[in-house]
Amino acid sequence: MAISDVQEYMHLTDDEIEQLGRELDAIRAEVEESRGAADAAYINRLIRIQRGLAVAGRLTLMLGTQSRKTRVPAVLAGTTFLGLHKILENMEIGHNVMHGQWDWMNDPEIHSSNWEWDTAQPAEQWKHSHNYVHHQFTNVLGYDNDIGYGILRMAREQTWSPYNLGQPVYNQLLSTFFEWGVALHDLDIERIRQGEKDPKEMKRQLKQIFRKGRRQILKDYVVYPALAGKQWKTVLKANATSNIMRNLWSYVIIFCGHFPDGAMHFTEEEIEDETRAEWYLRQILGAANFKGGPLLHIMSGNLGFQIEHHLYPDLPSNRYAEISVRVQELCEKYDIPYTTGPLHQQYGQALRTIIKLSVPNSWTSSDKPEPPTPTRDRRRRSDEERPARIQQLGVWSRRTSKEHQAS
Amino acid sequence: MTATSTTTPAERPRLTWDRVRRAVDTLTTPLLPDDYLNLVNPLWTTRELRGRIEEVVPETEDAATLIIRPGWGWRFDHHPGQYAGIGVQVEGRWQWRSYSISSAPQQRGRTIAITVRAMPEGFISSHLVGGLTPGTIVRLALPDGDFVLPDPPPAKLLFLVGGSGVTPVMAMLRTLDRRGSLPDAVLHYSSPTEERMIFKEEIERLAASHDRLTVHRLYTDTEGMLELADLDHLCPDWRERETYACGPGPMLDAITEHFEAAGIEDRLHLERFSIALGGDGGEGGSITFRNTGKTVESDGATTVLEAGEQAGVGMPFGCRMGICHTCTLTLVSGSVRDLRNGEEFNQPNEPVQTCVTTAVGDCTLDI
Repeated sequence: MAISDVQEYMHLTDDEIEQLGRELDAIRAEVEESRGAADAAYINRLIRIQRGLAVAGRLTLMLGTQSRKTRVPAVLAGTTFLGLHKILENMEIGHNVMHGQWDWMNDPEIHSSNWEWDTAQPAEQWKHSHNYVHHQFTNVLGYDNDIGYGILRMAREQTWSPYNLGQPVYNQLLSTFFEWGVALHDLDIERIRQGEKDPKEMKRQLKQIFRKGRRQILKDYVVYPALAGKQWKTVLKANATSNIMRNLWSYVIIFCGHFPDGAMHFTEEEIEDETRAEWYLRQILGAANFKGGPLLHIMSGNLGFQIEHHLYPDLPSNRYAEISVRVQELCEKYDIPYTTGPLHQQYGQALRTIIKLSVPNSWTSSDKPEPPTPTRDRRRRSDEERPARIQQLGVWSRRTSKEHQAS
Repeated sequence: MTATSTTTPAERPRLTWDRVRRAVDTLTTPLLPDDYLNLVNPLWTTRELRGRIEEVVPETEDAATLIIRPGWGWRFDHHPGQYAGIGVQVEGRWQWRSYSISSAPQQRGRTIAITVRAMPEGFISSHLVGGLTPGTIVRLALPDGDFVLPDPPPAKLLFLVGGSGVTPVMAMLRTLDRRGSLPDAVLHYSSPTEERMIFKEEIERLAASHDRLTVHRLYTDTEGMLELADLDHLCPDWRERETYACGPGPMLDAITEHFEAAGIEDRLHLERFSIALGGDGGEGGSITFRNTGKTVESDGATTVLEAGEQAGVGMPFGCRMGICHTCTLTLVSGSVRDLRNGEEFNQPNEPVQTCVTTAVGDCTLDI
């Protein structure tokens, strides 16, 4: 069931929900207060490792493929390095830097205002489609374009059409070419199709995508292969493989964020007069975590802590693990479901939904904890139609460090 | 010492490196070659200028000279008297201050020196004096400022210096000494005590070797502040001298008044510890921060930077006085006014310094 009032859904009293909000605020304040040298060292170390992997990957492929003896191991190692570099850059570094998680360091080289990530989508468009549209309107039907990305039907409340029969195929294509799917995401193709998109804005965005996409393609498919001389084909294939590695991995991680069964959807009634505490609650109910060791979490940009990330999108990702312990305690205290499970289970549920929802609702049963609300045509909203951002939500609110400035 | 600026941003050097960099960044896009090179050697980048602390020389109990080796992109052709921005990472956070360069400019120099006094309650200055070890990497901003000596120097000079205000003057004296062009100069140097007088021995040596340099020392803890009326017998021809004054704000205010009263304020050159944003502000308006989606009402006296911080936007900042350009953001629409000189910026997508501008009507920034 898409939820129209989180407070009522959770049977929480006014006092309880406000208390929950205050307790979540307190966690934020504590983490902000304690950010320091160790956190800065973490992100700097990670950036060093990621750039080191990039150099190692490029050199291994360029030089190692020249001799027949080293070719096979060089391709294997080089592709792996390159794939890991792209994954780290996109997930734990780029995504999180663009959220402003590291802005507090006041380092212009690691700042959300000018970070450009190593993928086809221009950072500016990502910050709009993801930081604003998705994080503000998380899982609200018709408002959050991330429910199926305009390609897949991911909620029973979305109307079925014969187009959806092809979902398993679209899904396959989306995962393989995920980078390009993301690149086109902020264009909002559904609204273009309905002739609702401002043509001037569309042209500007397309130009931006074209410019960045061209540079990305030039690098991986022209310049580096050319530098390998006779082995250009080997390098080109290796580069393509590394891009697909990154595409598949980021696709899996991202689909585990909001599509497992426990992640709920919401109706537009929910966001009318939503308070900060209710916004917090919607983030908990709308997101899903997965479990794993520290390495898995780093490789997935700490999005295994999707719930914590949605509560505090701009707190440093290396802190999500410790935040998660406290959020779980709160969830237990207020009897709020906290969705988590192993990665394969979470992805399996998402995949099942993709397949089930490719056919009309009546053919399959729902796996959500609650029955779905009746289907209704929910047209996608433009920015003008989305309610004005509620100031107090403070998704990006950051403590200023006036205390340091006096010195 | 901290300093003020009304000059435009210094151009980054346009060497061949720039062209090489543009060619190579096809390989490193979306990053720059610098982003990889600085992993090999932190000084090999022109993206954010860096420097390595080579030596920390204690000058007095509470002041030290930092010998810094700047990395790529630095220019050693600063004018004596100018300041440079220095950024240090304290508790993970980059903090910026500006200090006069106390070393003389050198054509083929390899290091620069800045001299810092730890101010009471001055968290950053204390860190600079006591917390830096050789090898530490700092960030730098290119030299700037118009508190400089013309070349050739005026025939008659008067320096009025208080405390750590000696640092830009020291760069001037060292340059004049090295070039052998020291003219008839009088230096009046106030310091709380003899122990706290920075460069005391070096100034003594200079005075001993140059007949044309006269030095007056004043220890204000025991002898009281300089009475400007005393200038008439300390330096009877002060009205004929080009005067360079640097020191605490009240001292400079008094000197300005004194020179204005004598009608010779055009002979007076000042360097202040901190900026006074005295200019006319904008009329205020609502400032929208586009990417964070925050909007804040701001009056004509609140800088865009302060308004953003009040709204909880993670605004980048550096010196907070219009020198280092760390705080520069893109003004998407609307208009802002520079508090220092009243200049207005209103071109679409114009970069503006948020720390010294206020809103003129509604405006939108890209952050």
